[in-house]
Amino acid sequence: MTALVQATKSLLLLEFVKAFWLSIKYFFRPKVTVNYPYEKGPLSPRFRGEHALRRYPNGEERCIACKLCEAICPAQAITIEAEPREDGSRRTTRYDIDMVKCIYCGFCQEACPVDAIVEGPNFEFATETREELLYNKDKLLANGERWEREIAANLAADAPYR
Amino acid sequence: MINLADMAFYLFAFITVASGFLVISARNPVHSVLWLILAFFSAAGLFVLMGAEFLAMLLVIVYVGAVAVLFLFVVMMLDINFTEFKQGALQYLPMGGLIGLILLAELVTLGSAWAFGDVVGQNITAPIPAASDVHNTQALGQLLYTHYIFIFQTAGLILLVAMIGAIVLTHRQRPGVKRQSIADQAARRPEDAYKLVDVKVGSGVALPTKKG
Amino acid sequence: MVEALYKLFGGEGQFLYLLAIVASILAIVLPLLIGVAFAVYFDRKIWAAVQMRRGPNVVGPFGLLQSFADGLKLFLKETIIPAGANKAIFLMAPMITFVVALLSWAVIPFEAHMAIADINVGILYLLAISSLGVYGIIMSGWASNSRYAFLGGLRSAAQMVSYEVSIGFVLVCVLMHVGSLNMTDIVNSQSGAIWHWNFIPFFPVFIIFFISALAETNRPPFDLPEAEAELVAGYQVEYSSMAFALFFLGEYANILLMSTVMSILFFGGWNAPLPGLEFVPGFIWLLLKTAFFFWLFAMVKAFVPRYRYDQLMRLGWKVFLPLSLFLVVFYAAVMVYGGFLPTHG
Repeated sequence: MTALVQATKSLLLLEFVKAFWLSIKYFFRPKVTVNYPYEKGPLSPRFRGEHALRRYPNGEERCIACKLCEAICPAQAITIEAEPREDGSRRTTRYDIDMVKCIYCGFCQEACPVDAIVEGPNFEFATETREELLYNKDKLLANGERWEREIAANLAADAPYR
Repeated sequence: MINLADMAFYLFAFITVASGFLVISARNPVHSVLWLILAFFSAAGLFVLMGAEFLAMLLVIVYVGAVAVLFLFVVMMLDINFTEFKQGALQYLPMGGLIGLILLAELVTLGSAWAFGDVVGQNITAPIPAASDVHNTQALGQLLYTHYIFIFQTAGLILLVAMIGAIVLTHRQRPGVKRQSIADQAARRPEDAYKLVDVKVGSGVALPTKKG
Repeated sequence: MVEALYKLFGGEGQFLYLLAIVASILAIVLPLLIGVAFAVYFDRKIWAAVQMRRGPNVVGPFGLLQSFADGLKLFLKETIIPAGANKAIFLMAPMITFVVALLSWAVIPFEAHMAIADINVGILYLLAISSLGVYGIIMSGWASNSRYAFLGGLRSAAQMVSYEVSIGFVLVCVLMHVGSLNMTDIVNSQSGAIWHWNFIPFFPVFIIFFISALAETNRPPFDLPEAEAELVAGYQVEYSSMAFALFFLGEYANILLMSTVMSILFFGGWNAPLPGLEFVPGFIWLLLKTAFFFWLFAMVKAFVPRYRYDQLMRLGWKVFLPLSLFLVVFYAAVMVYGGFLPTHG
């Protein structure tokens, strides 16, 4: 008997009609996706996006070339070379991040004793060539200048939880 | 200036003959079948030019659409080196040529000794309705389902018997084959498949026994 | 349609007649291709709407130009021919798919006297051409020299051949009622408002035709030839650039064709649905009906899960074939004993 009921149901496409009705109802529901390039979802202050090298408010770069970030980087994406500057302070001469290797784990910013290397809120840094993703010190410092306000605000917002 | 219809005829005729030749000369069997399909298709074009559009469409539907697809299926799946097959072909040439000659001779005798019977003569002289009055679909139907109904039905029965025979010959029941029972699968409801159990801490759950 | 253009051009000589033929072909193919581009867009939009997404909305107003942007992108890409491929057949396959998809439109009447070729065997021509469509797929599958493509090609060929049988029986049902293979006659036999149309007496047949059309055009839930989860993209795996675009265009042209054929066979073609609406040109009604069936196709894609291959074959041979055969006998009996046979012929 159940087999007969089942056969009749499938012959009359009952489940098909039900699914059709359901999808028509969903058809007119408001969209749940954001209109991306014009509309963006909220980001956490802890969001780990594109890297940036920060400076002190007086313009001095924060990085002291301790190479902790290079050591902890699990993907070995960071390359640092350092020399004493004319004034005797220890600074990097080379600070490269291979953004293709990077896995955005955030260990570098955790390891940094002076909050120099940070992962900013920017995630829209797609490029047309692979070479553009091999960041050098200039690019990272420029990022730091460009995103300083957002980065500082995020760090301040996250500070009570650290 | 040549007539368009004539031009079309020579085009189709040339393609039919050329692709027919390429069917037997192509090295790759898949290419052979594709040339065969082209030959069928241009033959259908020739039928259209003769005003037999029904036959043309049937040729395309049946031969190109079904038979040749099956050919292609089989040829594509077989991994046979046909060049090896053809290696010894030349030594059969005298025998094959002889058979071909006999066939040709028979055809010639048949053609030259052809004579119409009395009944056929009457049929031929009977007035044929103009093509604009009766489509050839209609004409074929009127002949097939009246005059030739028994022959037509017999042909159908022979094909049916052949089909059943082929299925009986090739179908075998192998033991140990797992089969999908789609009726059972479709009849499966969530209630048959799982049960929600509230598990108390420290006590297990008995596995539900399968119904039926 | 050709005759009308021929008269418009002056009506003399073979050259002008050829010109009239070419012009009428262009008059159908160009709008068709633009229609296909929008069909792809609407397909994506409908699919998105059911899933509560937005769909393409960036290129042009409401994303309307998305398909053209995609087409341009594909056009600029490199055509890659695999080293192991059979080059000639590999390149021929997408062309065959595309050309065959366009060929069928020759017999579609958009309005009275608005078909390129209003031939006596229009429906048979449609069936013949749609049975050719399988070659593009099977050839591409074989010529790619890839396992995925080959499996996809074989699946597709078996599927299309199977469902053509039930489509054939469905057509027989309608043809018995109409008494002609001519597309214009089929529409004329349903002339009048919605209660004259074929879908009322032939509703079960229409359902079978709709599902078979889904299978015939390799649409979900029968998109096994290109099942992305198992075959990557089936027979199109090795194709890139314009060759891929031709497959894509051909596929959507076939879907539009099936929608149009459904409107012509079962939903009165260019006839207005209610009396008093005849002032709207007939081809607009046909367009609206086609759009409706395309919407149904797109909706089905959105909510039906894909069939397993043995289920597909079972449905074709063990359910639809006996069912449609029974319906043919049933309708024949009703027509003979109920006196519904067409009067002419």
